[in-house]
Amino acid sequence: MTHAVFVFFAVVAVASALLCVTQRNPVAAIMWLIVTMLSLAGIFVLLGAEFAGAMQVLVYAGAILVLFMFFVMLLQLRHHDSDIRGKLGWVLALGVAGALLMQLAALKGYTPGRVAEEISRAPEMANPALILPQAAEVARSAAARGAVGAVAEPMFTRWLVPFELTSVLLLAAIVGAVVLAKRRL
Amino acid sequence: MPVFAPGLVGPALLVSAVLFCIGVAGVLLRRNAIIVFLCIELMLNAVNLTFVAVGQLYGMSGQVIVFFVMSVAAAEAAVGLAIVLSVFRHRATVDLKHANLLQG
Repeated sequence: MTHAVFVFFAVVAVASALLCVTQRNPVAAIMWLIVTMLSLAGIFVLLGAEFAGAMQVLVYAGAILVLFMFFVMLLQLRHHDSDIRGKLGWVLALGVAGALLMQLAALKGYTPGRVAEEISRAPEMANPALILPQAAEVARSAAARGAVGAVAEPMFTRWLVPFELTSVLLLAAIVGAVVLAKRRL
Repeated sequence: MPVFAPGLVGPALLVSAVLFCIGVAGVLLRRNAIIVFLCIELMLNAVNLTFVAVGQLYGMSGQVIVFFVMSVAAAEAAVGLAIVLSVFRHRATVDLKHANLLQG
């Protein structure tokens, strides 16, 4: 059952991503990307990341893509001529993306057992078990503290400095956006 | 009850790879600056899916990184759209064909 739901969300995500890339109208492309993001949120929930799925819906589909939509409406873009590049662009895009996909397709066989075996064959690689708690512990901590608490605990202990740096980054982005977009400072 | 499905990790990584490649193809194929940004968002999302999938095996840190990626995506969208807006003021188009000068 879980697998069937996963396949459904995966097919919807990939199909709407393809439609997003090939749409001529930016508004339609944004709408298709929203469909991709919502199906990715479904996949997040299936993978046990409920809080990340909720944030995906709220922040990505709800805030970032609405910003894009607002921007397209603000500019009042016309779209009579296609902006897809010529033959060289197609060759380049399909070539690079195809080569990348061929390399990355090997990830399909990624299982915990295989990773453990590869690490035991190359012990000089960092042992993930030393750095991060193991999978069973993830499920246990989520069961004990709920989906939010299990994420909040590492975020405000181990990842506290990156978390604070994120707020500095957002402040810089706000100032930068105002400086760039304002006609006269 | 939280689900734990290690069997889904491999397929999820494959979906993430496919989405990332679609994003790469879109960036190379399109000249509309807004759609190029959408493709970058698509690539960031694909990476988020990778972090969630691998985080299921190795701990909650994967999900924490997803939040950092999301905030970087928000910052990138705000600054990037401001740049596109200032290009639009000069050129009255968002076609990257016309954005070919480093000077204003």
